[in-house]
Amino acid sequence: MTQSARRHPDGAALAASALAGDRRATARLLTLIENGDPQGQIALAKLYSYTGQAHVVGFTGSTGAGKSTLVNAVAREFRERGPALAIVAVDPTSPYSGGALLGDRVRMRDLSDDPGVFIRSMASRGHPGGVAHATRDVITVLDALGVPVVLVETVGAGQAQVEVTRVAHTVVLVEAPGMGDEVQALKAGLMEIADIVVVNKADRPEARQTLQAIRSARLVGRFAERERTGGTTTENGSSSAHWSVPVLEASALERTGISDLIDAIVAHRMYLTSSGLWETVRADHARADVEAWLDRKLRTLAHERLGEARVAVAIDAVLKRDRDPAAAAQDLVAELVSLLGGRAAAAGVEQVRGDLHRPDRDEV
Amino acid sequence: MSDTIRVLIAKPGLDGHDRGAKVVARALRDAGMEVIYTGLRQTPTMVAEAALQEDVDVVGLSILSGAHMALVPRIIDELRQRGLADLPVFLGGIIPRDDIAALRALGIAAVFGPGTTSQSIISYIRTAVQGDSA
Repeated sequence: MTQSARRHPDGAALAASALAGDRRATARLLTLIENGDPQGQIALAKLYSYTGQAHVVGFTGSTGAGKSTLVNAVAREFRERGPALAIVAVDPTSPYSGGALLGDRVRMRDLSDDPGVFIRSMASRGHPGGVAHATRDVITVLDALGVPVVLVETVGAGQAQVEVTRVAHTVVLVEAPGMGDEVQALKAGLMEIADIVVVNKADRPEARQTLQAIRSARLVGRFAERERTGGTTTENGSSSAHWSVPVLEASALERTGISDLIDAIVAHRMYLTSSGLWETVRADHARADVEAWLDRKLRTLAHERLGEARVAVAIDAVLKRDRDPAAAAQDLVAELVSLLGGRAAAAGVEQVRGDLHRPDRDEV
Repeated sequence: MSDTIRVLIAKPGLDGHDRGAKVVARALRDAGMEVIYTGLRQTPTMVAEAALQEDVDVVGLSILSGAHMALVPRIIDELRQRGLADLPVFLGGIIPRDDIAALRALGIAAVFGPGTTSQSIISYIRTAVQGDSA
């Protein structure tokens, strides 16, 4: 890749180079995608048909639970079993400066000169939920390139940052000893989405207690959880009920328990495939992806068509208590619809469809 | 489009003095940049691989061991092998004045010694990156 390619990126060409094994083109492509560059979307469109094979494993848990160190240990051992692997590590963006300190590589020294491991650090760039808006698309690229396993490390997550389910097939919840009692394990949120729980830092004395507290909560995993609570009845207990969430112990530092964790990850993938849930997860992801893009495209369209000034007027009306926020948004939508409706009548529906397909520009 | 500047801050070699690198990383973060911080004891290969995979706009090296004349040529060479010869690389740490000309000849774009303000590093990076994308 030349320097001029960096100045004037060509999404289609970068996608072709990436598919041919040019790692620099891959890295550049990921940047374009993160920046919301229209060329990134062109590349994604080209690559999308190659995707659907990678097993995406999300690692989530609170700050300091040892996610990075554990991901490092898991990746190292995964590499002894498999040909290649990628890691996408997300750290928070400052809400004040917009900058970020991406420090996950500090714990991944062991991997940084293994040519079979591609590590990409991502800043959350204001997206809540534990992953970045573009994390899904970054995974798409790696999947298209044939990377069989992608480990996603979320931002240090609190109780409700469950968006990792939107990108991962298997969710590993990393807990540290002494973080809470049984009641914490019974709370909704992170605990419910875990397919595998691992109590890291098992070398610490409180580890046993934490392990017991979580085991006594008898977690059933997100699929059974959804069936159980969502009323989707299955004939005499579908196979999805047969995954009991393993609660494992590991010490990333002393490298104990890592093999068991990888066995559990591999077993979960086999379980997904054999139970047919793999397709359910894919459908969930496809729905979430389309919904996310729909939100983005519609918001961009509203800003572009109505103008920033009109949006500012709506915000001002809310500020003065003339309108409530929902009504103000509804006004904007109504105006947008009538604007586009008028245009569609005049210029044909194709024009409006073209507008909807234009890559958005305001999301940087 | 106001693309976010991505910077690699790496500490190659064996010295364990990462205070300076951390202060710089923090300052760049506060200036709105995304800083990929590698931590200590990076080999030249590790630095170049990280620069490639993270697609950074600029690389900052912190060396306080005195081994800069041994490490810098190897890092520059590893970057070149990966097609990253044009990537701006700056250096901070304890660097004798007599070595600066040689380091520049090797391809180091700027050298920042003790007493450098954060602002001068930020300004340097902004200029280097703008020049790159103009």
